Amino acid sequence: MLDSTPRFTALPHAPGVGYKAQHYAAIMHDPAPVAWLEIHAENYMGEGGRPIAQLRHLADRFAFSVHGVGLSIGGETPLDRDHLARLAKLCDWLKPASFSEHLAWSTHDSHFLNDLLPLPYTTSTLTRIADHIDEVQEALNRPMLLENPSSYLTFAESTWSETDFLAEIARRTGCGLLLDINNVFVSATNLGYSPQGYIDSFPLDKVGEIHLGGHDEDADETGAPLLIDSHGREVADPVWALLDHTLDRSGPRPLLIEWDADIPDWPVLAAEARRAEAALQRVPA
Amino acid sequence: MSNAMKSVAIAGAVTAALGAHATGANAAENVKCYGVSLAGENDCKAGAGTTCAGTSTVDYQGNAWTLVESGTCESDSPVLAKSGEEVDLPGDRMGSLEELSRDLPS
Amino acid sequence: MSVSQSDFHAALLDSAAPVPSGLRDGNGRAAGNRFSVYRNNVAVSLTEALEVNFPAVRKLIGEKKFRAMAGIFLRQHPPEAPMISQYGTEMPDFLKTFQPLAHIGYLPDVARLELALRQSYHAADATPVDPAILGTMAPEALMGAHLDLAPALRLLRSDWPVHGIWSYKMEPGAPKAVHEPQNVLILRPDFDPRMTVISNAAVAFLQGLLDGTSLGTAHDRGIAVDPDFDLAHILGLLIGGKAITNIITGES
Repeated sequence: MLDSTPRFTALPHAPGVGYKAQHYAAIMHDPAPVAWLEIHAENYMGEGGRPIAQLRHLADRFAFSVHGVGLSIGGETPLDRDHLARLAKLCDWLKPASFSEHLAWSTHDSHFLNDLLPLPYTTSTLTRIADHIDEVQEALNRPMLLENPSSYLTFAESTWSETDFLAEIARRTGCGLLLDINNVFVSATNLGYSPQGYIDSFPLDKVGEIHLGGHDEDADETGAPLLIDSHGREVADPVWALLDHTLDRSGPRPLLIEWDADIPDWPVLAAEARRAEAALQRVPA
Repeated sequence: MSNAMKSVAIAGAVTAALGAHATGANAAENVKCYGVSLAGENDCKAGAGTTCAGTSTVDYQGNAWTLVESGTCESDSPVLAKSGEEVDLPGDRMGSLEELSRDLPS
Repeated sequence: MSVSQSDFHAALLDSAAPVPSGLRDGNGRAAGNRFSVYRNNVAVSLTEALEVNFPAVRKLIGEKKFRAMAGIFLRQHPPEAPMISQYGTEMPDFLKTFQPLAHIGYLPDVARLELALRQSYHAADATPVDPAILGTMAPEALMGAHLDLAPALRLLRSDWPVHGIWSYKMEPGAPKAVHEPQNVLILRPDFDPRMTVISNAAVAFLQGLLDGTSLGTAHDRGIAVDPDFDLAHILGLLIGGKAITNIITGES
C-alpha cells in the first residue's frame, strides 16, 4: 500500500457527491455522511442569480471539487482561452480543494458537442495533451487531476496502453489523476480486458480522487456486452468490489458518488455515500 | 407641458409609486413569480437510449421531420382571436412578425 | 489509419455517414454500432438540453415534433460554448424560417421569451437603491436624474400575446390568450424572474432609461407614445422588482 498522501487535492478522504440543486435544502439540513461536494464547472459560469448564491452558501460549509466537462483537453485545436478564463474566474472565488478534467475532447470547429469523445493513444496525442495540461495548470495556478474515460471503442492507431498513457502525462506535467472506477469497469467490459489488471497497472500514487457511478447495460451488434456510463442508478456490485481492490492498493482517497440522470431523492444518494464511507473505513489509513 | 409642470408630474408619480410600494400594492397587481429553477445543465453522463436511439423510432437524423405528422400545429390553439374565438392556424391573421427589438439590455 | 477529429466530428453529426475506419472494438474488429454511442450522446444530450431550455415551445408543438425539430436544430446550430444553460440563442431565428413550423407565427416570440427568462435568471446580481431616496429629491433634480437598471431586467416586444401563450402552456388553469400584441417586462427581485405585461408607452420610457436618458426625457418618450402614460405604475414595478440600482443626479 502507498503510505504517502498525494498532494494533488485538499479534499478529505471521505465520501462526496455530485451536487444537484434539488438537494440543496437536504444537504444544508443534514449532509451526513457527505463531507464534500463536486460541481460541474460549466453550470456555474453565469454572472449571478440562484446557482451562484447557492454555491456561495454551500462553500461556507463544504470543501468543493470543480470538475470541468467542457475544456476539450484532448482537442486537436488550441484550448479555448475564453473558457480557460471562465474556469480561472470560478476557481478564483470558490477556491476549490480540487480541479479536474477529462482525458477526452468535446469541441471541434468551435462546436461544443456535449460529450466526452475518445482519443487515440499515440505519442503525438500525448504531447498535445501534456501541452494543454501545462497551459491549464499555469492559467489556474494549481495542479489538476485528469480522469480516465469510459470507452466504447479503440483506435487502431493507438500505441500506448491507457494506464501507461496517463502515467506518462502525469509524469510530464506534474498533474494528478482522477480514477473513475466505474469507467474502468465499463471500459474493461466493453473492450475485453481485466479491470483488476487495469487497476494494478494504474499509477495509484498519482490518484487524488476516485469516482463511482452507475452504468446501463446494452450490447453491440455481435451481442457482446456494451456498458454505458449513464450515471443514472446505483453503483453496481462489481464496481464496489473493484473499489475495494483499488483501496487495498492505494490507501484511502476522496470518494465521489456521481448521479446525473434520473436523479434520486437525497436519502438514496446519501445511502450510496454511506456505502463509500464503509469502503473507506475498512482500509487502514 | 412646461418643464415645471413636467417635474411636478414626475414627482407626483414618484410619490405614488413609493406609496404603492410601501403598501405592497404592486405585488398584487398582475405580477407573478415564475421559478426558472432548472436551465439545462452540463454533466458527464452518457446519453439515455444507448446505441439504438439513433436508428429507432425516436429519430434524431437530419431528415427526421418526415417521420412526424407535418403541416399542422396541434389542434389545441393557445390563442383566442377575440373572446371565445380561436385563432385560425395555420395562416395567422396578424401577418408576418415585424422585426422586433432584441432583448434588452444585451 | 488515423482518425482525425474532423472525421469523427463529421460522422457524429451525420447518421448516414459511414463510421470512420480506424475505430475498433476490443477484438480488433471494426467498431460498428459502438460509434452510435457517441452519436447518441451528442444528439440525445443536446435534445434534452433544448427540452429543458424551451419548455413552452415544447408544450406548444408537442414532444414528438419538438424532438424532430431539435434533431435538425442541433445539427445546424451546435453549441458554440460549453455552457449548456446558454444553448439555443439561435432558436427564435431558426423557428422563423423552419418551414414545418413557420406557420405558427408566435413560436419564435415564445422562444425569445424563454431565452430572456433564462438570461435574467443567470444575470449578475445587483443591489437596489433605497427607493425612498427618490422621494427626498426635488422635482427638478428628479427630472434630470438618470436611473441605472438591474442587469437581470429584460424587455421584450411582441405582436403576439406572448405572455398569455406562455402562461396558458406553463401554468395549470391559465386561460387561453386573447389575440393582442404584448410587451413583457422581466424583473428579478431576488432569484426568480417575474414577468409583467406593460404598455407601449412604458416600453418607450424604459427604452429611454436603458439608452441613458434622464427620467424627464424618458418620461417624454412615454408621453409621446400615449398622453396617458402611467409613470407611477412603471416606477412602482421597477421599485417592487428591485430593478433600480443607482440614481445619478444630473447637473441640469
